Amino acid sequence: MTAPDAGPDVRAPRPVTERRLHPVTPFRRAWAPVAVIVGWAAHDPDQAQAQLTRLTTTTLLVALAVFVPAACLYGFLTWWYTHFSVTDTELRIRTGLLFRRTAHIRLERIQAVDVTRPLLARVAGVAKLRLDVVGTDKKDELAFLGEGEARRLRAELLARAAGFAPETAHEVGEAPSRQLLRVPARDLAVSLLLTGATWGALAVALVVPPVLWLATHSVWTVLATGVPLLGAAGARSVGRFAGEYDWTLGESPDGLRIDHGLLDRAHETVPPGRVQTVRIVQPLLWRRRDWVRVELDVAGSSGSVLVPVAPRELADAVVARVLPGVTVPAATAMTTAAARPPRRAGRCVPVWWRGYGLAVTDAVFAARHGLLRRTVALVPHAKVQSVRLTQGPWQRLWRVADVHVDTGAGKSVTARLRDAREAAELLRGQAERSRTGRRDARPDRWMA
Amino acid sequence: METGSPGGAGATGDEQVVWTGLPPGLLRMRRLLLVVWLGSVALAVGLLLGLLAGPAWAAFALLPLAAAGWGWVMLGRNWRSWRYAERADDLLLSRGVLWRTETVVPYGRMQLVEVTSGPVMRWFGLAGVQLHTAAAATDATVPGLEPAEAQRLRDRLTELGEARSAGL
Repeated sequence: MTAPDAGPDVRAPRPVTERRLHPVTPFRRAWAPVAVIVGWAAHDPDQAQAQLTRLTTTTLLVALAVFVPAACLYGFLTWWYTHFSVTDTELRIRTGLLFRRTAHIRLERIQAVDVTRPLLARVAGVAKLRLDVVGTDKKDELAFLGEGEARRLRAELLARAAGFAPETAHEVGEAPSRQLLRVPARDLAVSLLLTGATWGALAVALVVPPVLWLATHSVWTVLATGVPLLGAAGARSVGRFAGEYDWTLGESPDGLRIDHGLLDRAHETVPPGRVQTVRIVQPLLWRRRDWVRVELDVAGSSGSVLVPVAPRELADAVVARVLPGVTVPAATAMTTAAARPPRRAGRCVPVWWRGYGLAVTDAVFAARHGLLRRTVALVPHAKVQSVRLTQGPWQRLWRVADVHVDTGAGKSVTARLRDAREAAELLRGQAERSRTGRRDARPDRWMA
Repeated sequence: METGSPGGAGATGDEQVVWTGLPPGLLRMRRLLLVVWLGSVALAVGLLLGLLAGPAWAAFALLPLAAAGWGWVMLGRNWRSWRYAERADDLLLSRGVLWRTETVVPYGRMQLVEVTSGPVMRWFGLAGVQLHTAAAATDATVPGLEPAEAQRLRDRLTELGEARSAGL
């Protein structure tokens, strides 16, 4: 049926062993049509029954005879034509039956490596390997690999990216890891209960159906809106609980290790020196317990969670590990008169101007915003790509200006409504600091 | 070509910053395009309304003409506001009249320098220079320069960028 010899060919002058994905891969999307049919049948039972009785044995057989081999063939061919290989400097992935695609991923540019194991994949004993690379929108992934193979490949990729000699890269194996933090399930559950979004979704789900009942007196309308709303409210918080369950943060020479998940397990590695921005978020209701959530951006992707919930001093210690030499400015330091915008900034942004703050230390540019949900964003000077000062006409009238600091993660951190003179000083000073801050940074190949 | 001393914003406290403005050719090009487009719009409006609805209605053709006059002044102000300065370690760009923006890009952070020039710009002997860093938000663009200056700037930026290259 196919020409299997079209698979591995030796094009490189130096032999590079090409490998295939795990043979379970062709089945990874097999459940999709089944799920669609089941979902449709559950949504509209009468119609489904009517359609079922109309089906004769012959049509069913013909449909099966056409669809099953076609689906199998497609799955098999995509698997057959997907190869990957690791060379000294690159990871190469070749895919595509009709439209060929070859991805060459430079190892020293890898920003993060994730091994994820969705529930079904855990049952089948396979794992997905995903790579964050600068400049691509979507993550390149190898799905699926055997669990052991995924772990070995991850270790090998990191060893090669770190600059170990190619001959020894196989034997280096997993770097030892030291646990920094583990989030107890109870804290996670409480933190989710103390999040406004959880209660907001629940309130909407509880208020909308009675209102609809009063308006329409139709049970079906109420059910049709109430059930999905309740489902969404549940999925939001329960989904987050399941995703962030058993959050473990470790430190190893390869970088940060993040392990989490109740049903779908994920294992992420962020190599050293890759973190561009760290955000410390504190929702209103977490303030009494002084809990915070820490998010980080690496080049290529932004908004990944570093710590879902932790007491502030623990989170600060973790941030100090992630950004070496950085101490998080104390909460009190961010609310002093010097850190706040001048009073006249209130003419530009009423009330909320009080939430803005700025602290610049030797190592980091820290900007605060938010009055109820407080966010402090930290950018190490070494990661600043460019600095911008913007000033609109109304801001000029009140002699204030915004200073934006652009990072490689595609996000900007903004110090809003600074005094115009101070902002100009900041622009000059920040450019200088971002230039000199790079001098003592670690090389891309962190073991070299 | 030199637009001399910087003014306003209090943002230019440095001593030895030598600002360079944009060439007058760019202003000429923009004004010509403005006049050509709005002039033809005025002509079309005047003719159509004059023939179909009566001569009094043709007075509406004055609207595009007024817009052209306003745009003429605005383009001049905007053109004067654009300037750049090459300092020892970074490139400074400043622009905008009402919404003022000043950008500093250290040479070491430059990933790519692009020189672009469309057919109209080539006709007027102009080329634009755009700087890319790893941050997508960096909007460091010099919209129009004489080709020789654009090439000099590109070569100098590339050279300095290589010498001070810093990675991500």
